Parts: sequence; C-alpha cells; structure tokens
Amino acid sequence: MKARIHITLKKGVLDPQGKAIRHALEALGFLGVTDVRQGKVVELELVEEDPTAARAQAEEMCRKLLANTVIENYEIELEA
Amino acid sequence: MKAAVIVFPGSNCDRDAAVALEQATGRKPAMVWHRETELPRVDAIVIPGGFSYGDYLRAGAMAAQSPVMREVVAQAERGVPTLGICNGFQILTEAGLLPGALMRNAGLKFICRPVDLRVENSQTLFTAGYEAGQIIRIPVAHHDGNYFADPETIDRLNGDGRVAFRYVAPSGEPTDADNPNGSCDNIAGIFNETKTVLGMMPHPERAADARHGGTDGIPMMTALAAAAGGFA
Repeated sequence: MKARIHITLKKGVLDPQGKAIRHALEALGFLGVTDVRQGKVVELELVEEDPTAARAQAEEMCRKLLANTVIENYEIELEA
Repeated sequence: MKAAVIVFPGSNCDRDAAVALEQATGRKPAMVWHRETELPRVDAIVIPGGFSYGDYLRAGAMAAQSPVMREVVAQAERGVPTLGICNGFQILTEAGLLPGALMRNAGLKFICRPVDLRVENSQTLFTAGYEAGQIIRIPVAHHDGNYFADPETIDRLNGDGRVAFRYVAPSGEPTDADNPNGSCDNIAGIFNETKTVLGMMPHPERAADARHGGTDGIPMMTALAAAAGGFA
C-alpha cells in the first residue's frame, strides 16, 4: 500500500521560500497570487495492506522523523 | 577535562572545535563517529557545525536519529554539559534536547560573517567567562539559522534566563537590521531548563585564535573547561 504524506508549514510560521516564489511568479506576470506556501511530499511504499495499520505506521513516522511538529503539519493520504 | 566531539557525515567544524577545546583544556577531545552506540566517559560533549547528511529532509533531522545521539541525549539528560554549534544546534532541537526549530534564513541567503552578540546570561557554565550584557563578536555561517518557537516558548525562554545570546547592533540594541536571519526576538543561542545544554548558531570555535581575526570564543571554551569536572 502507498502512503503519500503532505508536509506543510503551520499557520503563523513565516515561509520565506514561499514569499520568494510569489515574487518570482509576480515577475513572470502572474499578478493574481496573494500568497504562496511551500511544503513537501514524501511517498512511502508500505508492506502493510491494512489501511488502519498503515495509517498508524505513517503517523508514527511523521511524528518521529518526517515532520517537525514544532513548525510543520502533516496529512497522510493512503492509496491501495 | 575530557571532551567528546561528535562527528557526522557532513560535519565540517569538528576539527576546529577539537583545536579550540584542546587549547582550553590541554587534552585532545575524543572524536566520536555517529555510528558509535557508546560514548567514552567525558566531561562535556560538543556537536559541531557542518551539513550532516547534506541537510536532507531538514537540517539536523537525520543526525538526530543517529545511533550515537541516543547516548548523547542520555548523557545530556544526566547533566553532562552539551554544546551544539550551528548544525549542532539544529541537531539538538531535532533531538528534542532544546525547544523550537531552526528555519531557512528570512533573507534566503547563506550568511557567513562576524556578528555582534549580547551575552544575556553569564551565570552558566558556558558563559561564566563573560559579563552579562557584554558584546562579543563571533562569526555565523549558516543557511538555516532562523530560530522559531511558539510565543509561549519564547516567553518562557526569556523569563527563565534561557536566552544565551542575542544578535545586536554594536551599541547592544537587538534591532531588526542586526538580526541576520529573522530569528524570533533576535535569539542566537538558548539553554535547556538546567542550563547544561547550549545551542547556538554562531561559531565560538572560529573565534578562538588571534589569526581568526578574533578571540571572543575563547572564554566559552575556558569556562566550559573550568566548570566541567565531575563527570569523567
């Protein structure tokens, strides 16, 4: 089973990279972008077939390593 | 005093830290590779700067999970003085020994230059060689030095004398213009609750020889050498 993990900066945490991307978009003529937040995606191939167990494993991985919960939120998406 | 310097793949200030420590203590520190599961008996631990694991995932995130870090955390929790410099600071926050996180510099640029720091608390085993309020000049060299913590944590750090150093103007004022990386409250270094763990972005080991252009890092090494006696 596949787990796709979306890691994003928490609300209120400044994202200087997002800001730079917004400015670059602006320079390209995309004037309608009011904010950009940059995150990352981690894709995991899991041996586990049971969605509940797979989610629990991915949760633990996020808490222990994949996300820094001081500054980041994570969302887990499972795919059979 | 005997110190240990932890070496990760990608550490690049380990040798400088060792030289500065040997100069202060008269003894060569033990260089401990990250795969070790045991630490020799030491009086102090230094986690040096660099780019451990190429800053993959987040700066310090992989190193914090290294085998040796379990032992570092155990010793630090036992009270062995532990100093994390630059990437070492990032590793200590990722390992949960210090609160908060080090994020990408607000200006997005890698910054490498001397900065003025105000000593906020001189009553610790790392900073006893300075006066409170003293301005010292130490180089920074980092891309991810933007210290962030939630407002409650910042209040607690400020209230409990746990801010070690702040980026300031030469006059001693912590201005926005003199905050090189966007850190909350101009914070350059913090202590743990017992003030036996210090994490800081500036590099005291790069200001430990007159030929470096400054020697303001020496009092930290000598204070550490003088204070750390009872553990080895």
